Amino acid sequence: MPNSVFINIGERTNVTGSARFRKLIVDGDYEAALEVARQQVESGAQIVDVNMDEGMLDGEQAMMTFLNLIAAEPDIARVPVMIDSSKWSVIEAGLKCVQGKAIVNSISLKEGEAPFLEQARKVRRYGAAVVVMAFDEQGQAETADRKVEICTRAYRLLVDEVGFDPQDIIFDPNIFAVATGIEEHNNYAVDFFEATRRIRETLPGCHVSGGLSNVSFSFRGNNAVREAMHSCFLYHAIPLGMDMGIVNAGQITVYDDIPIELRDTVEDVLLNRREDGTERLLDIAERFKKGGGAKKTVDLSWREGPVADRLTHALVNGIADYVDQDTEEARRQFDRPLQVIEGPLMDGMNVVGDLFGSGKMFLPQVVKSARVMKKAVAYLLPYIEQEKADTGDTSDNAGKILLATVKGDVHDIGKNIVGVVLQCNNFEVIDLGVMVPAAKILETAKAERVNIIGLSGLITPSLDEMCYVASEMKRDGFGVPLLIGGATTSKMHTAVKIAPNYDHEVIYVTDASRAVGVAQSLVSTDLRKPYGDRIRAEYGKLRDGFLASQHTKKRQPLAAARANGIRLDWAAFQPVRPQRFGVQVLEDYDLAELVTRIDWKPFFATWELAGRFPQILDDPVVGEAARSVYNDARAMLQRLIAERWTVAKAVFGFWPANTVNDDDIELYADEDRSEVIATFQTLRQQMVREREGRTNAALADFIAPKDRGPIDYIGCFAVTAGEGIEERAAQFKADNDDYNDILVKALGDRLAEAFAERLHERVRTEFWGTDPDEDLTNEALIAEKYRGIRPAPGYPACPDHLQKKTLFDLLDAPGRIGLTLTESMAMTPAAAVSGWYFGHPESRYFGVGKIERDQVEDYARRAGLPLAEAERWLGPNLNYDPASYAGAARDRAA
Amino acid sequence: MTSDRQDQLHELARDRILVLDGAMGTMIQRHVLDEGDFRGPRFADWGQDVKGNNDLLTLSQPDLIRDIHREYFAAGADIATTNTFNSTSISQADYGMEALVPELNRAAACLAREAADAFIARNPAKPRFVAGALGPTNRTASISPDVNNPAFRNVSFDELRVAYAEATEALIEGGADLLLVETIFDTLNAKACLFAIDEVFEARGQTLPVMISGTITDLSGRTLSGQTPEAFWYALKHARPFSVGFNCALGAEELRPHLAELARVAETLISSHPNAGLPNAFGGYDETPDQTAGHLGQWAQDGLVNIVGGCCGTTPDHIRAIAAAVDGVSPREIPTLPGRMRLSGLEPFVMPTTQTGADAVY
Repeated sequence: MPNSVFINIGERTNVTGSARFRKLIVDGDYEAALEVARQQVESGAQIVDVNMDEGMLDGEQAMMTFLNLIAAEPDIARVPVMIDSSKWSVIEAGLKCVQGKAIVNSISLKEGEAPFLEQARKVRRYGAAVVVMAFDEQGQAETADRKVEICTRAYRLLVDEVGFDPQDIIFDPNIFAVATGIEEHNNYAVDFFEATRRIRETLPGCHVSGGLSNVSFSFRGNNAVREAMHSCFLYHAIPLGMDMGIVNAGQITVYDDIPIELRDTVEDVLLNRREDGTERLLDIAERFKKGGGAKKTVDLSWREGPVADRLTHALVNGIADYVDQDTEEARRQFDRPLQVIEGPLMDGMNVVGDLFGSGKMFLPQVVKSARVMKKAVAYLLPYIEQEKADTGDTSDNAGKILLATVKGDVHDIGKNIVGVVLQCNNFEVIDLGVMVPAAKILETAKAERVNIIGLSGLITPSLDEMCYVASEMKRDGFGVPLLIGGATTSKMHTAVKIAPNYDHEVIYVTDASRAVGVAQSLVSTDLRKPYGDRIRAEYGKLRDGFLASQHTKKRQPLAAARANGIRLDWAAFQPVRPQRFGVQVLEDYDLAELVTRIDWKPFFATWELAGRFPQILDDPVVGEAARSVYNDARAMLQRLIAERWTVAKAVFGFWPANTVNDDDIELYADEDRSEVIATFQTLRQQMVREREGRTNAALADFIAPKDRGPIDYIGCFAVTAGEGIEERAAQFKADNDDYNDILVKALGDRLAEAFAERLHERVRTEFWGTDPDEDLTNEALIAEKYRGIRPAPGYPACPDHLQKKTLFDLLDAPGRIGLTLTESMAMTPAAAVSGWYFGHPESRYFGVGKIERDQVEDYARRAGLPLAEAERWLGPNLNYDPASYAGAARDRAA
Repeated sequence: MTSDRQDQLHELARDRILVLDGAMGTMIQRHVLDEGDFRGPRFADWGQDVKGNNDLLTLSQPDLIRDIHREYFAAGADIATTNTFNSTSISQADYGMEALVPELNRAAACLAREAADAFIARNPAKPRFVAGALGPTNRTASISPDVNNPAFRNVSFDELRVAYAEATEALIEGGADLLLVETIFDTLNAKACLFAIDEVFEARGQTLPVMISGTITDLSGRTLSGQTPEAFWYALKHARPFSVGFNCALGAEELRPHLAELARVAETLISSHPNAGLPNAFGGYDETPDQTAGHLGQWAQDGLVNIVGGCCGTTPDHIRAIAAAVDGVSPREIPTLPGRMRLSGLEPFVMPTTQTGADAVY
């Protein structure tokens, strides 16, 4: 079998490979430099190359500092490092800092055998793998024979004399520039290919690597040609055994995407197939040079190909403009309309699926592809129905999946993305939408004979509902696998809480890109059992670990936690009196103003694109996808504002308030404080605090206590930018346009968040005036650099969703701005934010974490709830196991 | 150790499960020693308190230590570990006793050697061995003690290497048959120790079998420095140790899944000497000999282990019960893994054989 393995080693933390990284290190900005490493690992680098060879630097010190810093960051340190330097002293300094098994890059026979052996012995003693350059006393090897000769000599020394494991040897047989105009250089790539083949054939166990950018050195400034050269080089080298390499992910393109003329000419050069290869490449290079400006002329040459190719092109590039016309043309060519789907359309989607699966396409692009696919299918549907009616025939697909956002929850962006990706992979998806009761899920699953059920939810009460659906599936004798996904779900929760309620597979799906693999395994008769067994074993282990750790997670009694609450100096504090008491409404807030306040990072996260904004737009890996979806978002925002797709509304108010009974916040009709108009119950951290100065916080600590403090104040708010968004989304969906469906919802969420942020700013400077002179940039606002907080029920500082009910009643949010609550306390429309304003400059965000039964009992009493109901609402925060879910299920059935 | 005795050890390990001794500290605690006992006449005027420096008892109460070795041999242990857990210049700095380090190690090895030789003389058919213990020291090379300066380290690789070389040299001189790098909570400390051992071997022209034993500090199944068992093994396997395993921190029950993960990938013998359960509210250990032996016996039945013993809280009674529980049970067979490049950070990296997912670049 020809080799197909290739491990790309990230080089963004290499001062010789990245100008940006060099600047950060020279400037001593290690924090930002760490971010580069983190991003590289997050975007999939399996090994991180660290190089500090820069004249300005003390290389040893820089290497040690950076590696020590990496060691303190588990999400970077999880992958091995490649310690890269031309100086042995820097390499050795680095080897003394890594606890894992690293790769040394590199050593060579340049100075002869004695130093080579000495260094190799040390590398082995430090416990690292090693890159060996094809370099000896006579110089760098240029011909295949010399490369093989040096590598063979090094291999024998390493294996026979030093005792190296051959698997720990990586040869770098030197990639040199071709097309330099010097005739002797013309065969350099061929020499590398030939040497790679012979090294891998004759030196068992070893690996071959190389720095790719050298090969295209002659075409600096012409990225199109460079990318083509890199891709073609790997295309030929990988099957021969080049299994590692340092490649800048931004400097590579899809082999099949290279224009044929360019590809052929590049390959003539690399393979040294014709004497005039270099001149011919130089001749055409200018034409392929990528334009600097943003304006690109639309290239319609693809319209000239056969219809199947045109459909594939439209699918891969997400172009919907010609799809009806092309589908019609295809339909005429086939006997049956279904064959168009099974033939050219599925072929095209398979290309998309492969590119996505191998990380060459990203989510926004895939969703656009799906839009094209759905349009084509919608075009064919009447013809298929007609045929079905004529013949009674039905179609085949990979499997049927039912998707639903559970009862009480209205969030469905993630679920819709999963649906789209599954459809791209030939699954039939039955999407029941949002707020779907268990009974409807079961009933539909039976009627439609689905193969898999997938549940989604965003708010914490949905976790409980999922347990209930699982127990109902068991009661009803279901046998199909159950998939779990959504923002608050987790593998741990699925393993510990949901899976025990059902006897068959219950599997947590991290994100849309994982869904396909999981679903395919589950519909396969061969794979389902082993896959299910593996998951069951994994979850069993997780569950055992969790249950065991329960005994060690110590909590302290509520009274002790209260005694250790945050003690603010109320005697010295003069609360700011709000300008106005009672409820105020802002109707039809200026959307354009909100657009400037958008925090874009979560928007990209929705599309599974990780990174900071605006840097993500120039990211070498995801930048193109990020730019594209960002441009679409900007364009949609313009229409959204111009055509008034939504209206932003807010209701908010301020009241005199004090803390009573340690943890309750009372709101009063006026400053007499005689009439209590609302009471919020807050929850208190109960973790054991061993270190001096660590407190057990509750939100109530930020409001003055009634018995020994001044009259204090609190603000309450609810904002929405969702009116009209859901109708608009539904229209897109009906039009088979999942891309815009997801896009508009994601923008609605962003606008609501931006509104909450903007309103809080105006509250601080204007409506309440706690900080009238505040002057912060948007970045500083996003980084929460202001004084005062706006915590929301259902989030870590107040995990209790029920407080929303009191909040909404007080503000009359349904009556005033049309924002309502579901029975699970989800806000609808979903693009909404609600919460409190705390004005004390020392108030801060925190997480309540797990709480003990004594607090839950106390809370239930204060809130006037039965204990079981309090436990149900606070389920994810309980530090103990309440009544089993079966019991809860009985209560509901009753 | 003579090559005869090394051959004997390897042969024994092929035939049966070997038994290590149990806790030293637990046995010392039984004697309730005061400052004066720790000092003995020789250190009566030492300028610092030395109570708690258990390793010093090798010099001040040699009979007590020798007796503990005897009790463990009598209980059926094949291998005694020397009373040198803290006998490095780094750990002894707490007591100002850095200069005593060579003597502490040499004398400790001699005491165990004497006990072993006495038992061999009594019954030559049952060979006994001495493992020179090299503890983790009280510092970490890959974790900063200063939260505000994550790049800071209070000990360097080279400091550890020098300290370990000194201890290793003396353990070998004192008559150790094997070396036991144990209770590893930071793999970088262990790498420095193995580096030093390799240098000492080279200088002496002599090698000893090396046992490596890490410690999983919490139920998440990672070392204190954050590595998974598989990553831990890949970081240390270049030392080609006689065995690898886990000890301390957890009881047998909690340790099992993590040891099983190690046993799956380690192409060498597997050792384990867990604590007698998790500590109770008073810092003591409640697991009875039968309970500990029950767990280890089950591991043996399941083909997980080659060498078993005890750590904190275990006594000669535990070792007797463990030896009985594994008696006659076949040792774990060493697996052969396919040849791959195996690297690690906190998590393992294994070179794949076929292209998967996002690895592709074109």
